[in-house]
Amino acid sequence: MSTSTLTPGLPAPGRTFKQNLARLTFVDVALWTLRLLVLVVVVGGTIGTLINTKYGVAQWFDFIMFGVTIGSIYAQIALGYTMVYGVLRLINFAHGDIMMTGAFSGYFIATSFDRSGFLGAHPVLAVLGTLAVSVTVSTAIAVLAERVAYRPFRHVRGLAPLICAIGVSFFLEQTFRGMFGASVKSYPDLHWASASFSVAGLNVPKIDLLVIGCAIISMTVLYLVIHHTKMGTAIRAVSEDTEAAALMGIDVNRVVVFTFMLGGVMAGIAGVFYAFVFKQIYFYMGFTPGIKAFGAAVLGGIGSVPGAMIGGFFLGIVESVGPTLFFDGIGIPAPYQLRDLIAFTLLIMVLIFRPNGLLGERLAKPRA
Amino acid sequence: MTAEADPALTVLLHDSERTDDGRRVPRRILSTGLLFGVIGIYVAIIGLLLMLHGRWIILGVISLGQATLMAIGLGAGITIARRGRAESRASLLLQSVLAGALAGAVLALLTVIMGLIDLRTIFIALSRPLAKMLTFGQGQPIGPLLLILGGALFAASGTLLTWLPSRGRRVLIVGVCAVVVAGVFQELIQIMMQAGALIGSVRDLLYTWDGLTVQGAVIVFVVASAVAALLAAFAGRKRSVVPILSSGAQRRRQAIWLAIVFAALVVLPLVAGSYIGQVMMLVGLYILMGMGLNLEIGLAGLLDLGFVAFFAVGAYTTALLTADSPTALASYTMIPHLSFWGAMPIAVTMSVIVGVLFGVPVLGVRGDYLAVATMGLGEIVRVIVLSDFAAPLLGGAQGVLQIPRPSIFGYELSGPVQLFYLTLVASTVAAYFAWRLENSRLGRAWMALRDDEDVAQALGISLVRSKLLAYGLGAAFAGLAGSIFATMVASVYPSSFQLLISINVLALIIIGGMGSLPGVIVGAAALVGLPELLREFGEYRYLFYGAVLIIMMRIRPEGLWPSPVRRRELHSDDQILEMEEPEESLALARQVGE
Repeated sequence: MSTSTLTPGLPAPGRTFKQNLARLTFVDVALWTLRLLVLVVVVGGTIGTLINTKYGVAQWFDFIMFGVTIGSIYAQIALGYTMVYGVLRLINFAHGDIMMTGAFSGYFIATSFDRSGFLGAHPVLAVLGTLAVSVTVSTAIAVLAERVAYRPFRHVRGLAPLICAIGVSFFLEQTFRGMFGASVKSYPDLHWASASFSVAGLNVPKIDLLVIGCAIISMTVLYLVIHHTKMGTAIRAVSEDTEAAALMGIDVNRVVVFTFMLGGVMAGIAGVFYAFVFKQIYFYMGFTPGIKAFGAAVLGGIGSVPGAMIGGFFLGIVESVGPTLFFDGIGIPAPYQLRDLIAFTLLIMVLIFRPNGLLGERLAKPRA
Repeated sequence: MTAEADPALTVLLHDSERTDDGRRVPRRILSTGLLFGVIGIYVAIIGLLLMLHGRWIILGVISLGQATLMAIGLGAGITIARRGRAESRASLLLQSVLAGALAGAVLALLTVIMGLIDLRTIFIALSRPLAKMLTFGQGQPIGPLLLILGGALFAASGTLLTWLPSRGRRVLIVGVCAVVVAGVFQELIQIMMQAGALIGSVRDLLYTWDGLTVQGAVIVFVVASAVAALLAAFAGRKRSVVPILSSGAQRRRQAIWLAIVFAALVVLPLVAGSYIGQVMMLVGLYILMGMGLNLEIGLAGLLDLGFVAFFAVGAYTTALLTADSPTALASYTMIPHLSFWGAMPIAVTMSVIVGVLFGVPVLGVRGDYLAVATMGLGEIVRVIVLSDFAAPLLGGAQGVLQIPRPSIFGYELSGPVQLFYLTLVASTVAAYFAWRLENSRLGRAWMALRDDEDVAQALGISLVRSKLLAYGLGAAFAGLAGSIFATMVASVYPSSFQLLISINVLALIIIGGMGSLPGVIVGAAALVGLPELLREFGEYRYLFYGAVLIIMMRIRPEGLWPSPVRRRELHSDDQILEMEEPEESLALARQVGE
């Protein structure tokens, strides 16, 4: 059998339609069926929902606004995945949990600020203080994880690094569970940002603007670091070709540590804002956003920094708008329960049909 | 290849390390002491230490928590001895005393801080009982001093331990381990020792009702180390006399061992009671799943993190076909109520179908991406099962209740022990299949696939066929396990089928050894049986799993009981050296030619 069965939908040039049809295996048929199924649900559901006109412009705006907010958080997490993958070709499975460590350490600062009234009196300073602590902790843990669990596998191929990363993920979750308990903790309210204002009849929550604004600032800074500093250039060089970079005198170890630091910083910021948006934290909270953000990174093209940002926003919006848009129209009850279904389906579809992502073109192949 | 791997550079680095000899020793003391001190703080801060303190090893004398503290001290000493092997013994002893004292001091600092500030609002485990335990109930100034002194003492003993001749050390370790096992599992052992006057009097010699006595500990230690010493002497003599067994004799010996183990498995739950029976049954279920996932990961190299989905399919199919509840298919369709025996084959078949369907979309996905994709598929199954959308069929979050127990000729398998025998039979049959599969043409194809997909394809192995068979057959094992699980718990809920189960099964394969059948059994016993026996540590089992995954990958990637192929792969360097002799490589070439 030929490889074409594994890369369906690519009719070889120079063959007639009939020849292509004859070469069609049941795997192709199955994959095309899968695509059609998803397409039917998406198109059918959308038409159904739009005809129904149960939802007005304001509601759709709410969905999109929330999608952009959560998407900006996904984008920040996805950056950590994409940079580490670029440099090490490793899925840092524990990255979502590193976000969790940021959210937890921010929690204790934020609650103490809240109790002393500092959060109400100087909200900007308080949020900055919370961010400082959470970023410090998450960065430290990211670097520690690299040193203890990932560095020994730098030159190991196969499943060992990924399995080790799964181990790190569990270890972090359970450590935080042991230290701070298994209960759900509620994050203090940002009173100053809990209100919302309206623009042309549309409701804009302040917290969403805050989260999106901070995410854009942090991502801009990151982009500048990657593209306009020496270290950033080194990171790009190492992800292009590790051996050549080492031969050019780049200290690969330092680059890797720096990459994990950048990822940790972004995860720490994302963790605090994730907690401010969803208002509660627990030790397992990092897992699902982590996996989704990985999907976002692959969607944007793993290894590509702008790709991760775009992928994150895209995933956030689809996940927020999708349940209502796709499922309400075909009469599925309680569509919001299926929000994770959309995110995971998107993840799988990307992994199956477009592992190179939207912007990535070279990185996915060598290892995956 | 990075700069650090360059041999010339490595030599340079070593030289520069050698030059500042004066700084190396203090640095070693500092790093070792701090490392073990931090380990101590970690164990305390996550709450494990206090929980360990709740179990006596020797009643009223030493608890498991105190033994942990001792182990930390010993570990510091052993580390020092290992790192500075070439140095003089007096200097090493001094170093280990210092490092141990430092480790103790780190913990002592924690107790002092705990005395000054109440940290419980942040770290829930730093409670007063912990402070009391860490200071040995002695209060502020004396307790921390005891910690420091104890650290120094045990570190010194650790260093001394490494200087013992290896046989003596082994005897000592066996003795200590026997005491720990006899003490920690005293409840179970006492239950087992209830039969007969003779055994009863032995029990009275070792135990009081609450635990191991000092007298008992001494007896256990002496007996165990004596047996170990005798065995060591015996084995040493035998090895020098008896030549290597022929393959036939070896196989016969293996068969005898297998029969003994099997007989022990049959008898144990009868002797040890229903609790052990239940634990063994859980282990059996995990062995079943482990064998299934082993086909996928160990043989075919397909890292499947959505494995729990097949387990769920098996359980839900059995539930829907047999349950005595409104969600069951029989209550609203023409499908009749089935017994467990009727439903089980259907459940397994359904799992196979789902396995193949699951495999089709991810056929072209490789390596790490496959892991994430399968995990996504598994999560999708869980989300759907939980949703209101599928609730009319699957019962939503409430699940399916009232699943009957299986019965044979009117005799209901109701207790855990009876169900254990069911699991045992199922596992045995499945193990036979797995063993045959491993050595079949298909098994070889899987292994080729695992090693290099492209080469395997070039050699004429159908990727589609072998991959789908791996998913389908792997799913069959999980479906069988799910089916038995459903009758065991008598009700299935979506919350029983979390990703954690996939990770559990993955972890037990890793610890046992990928691609190794006995490894699966060892792994399941270690990762499922042990935490189940130490009930109160249930909440720490996942911490243990995470640590096991990292540690095993670092120090023993082939697992505790590796498959011969795997062992050869991972230690291929020495093999290549051996094979460089021309005759051997010629012989090898001839074999390959045949």
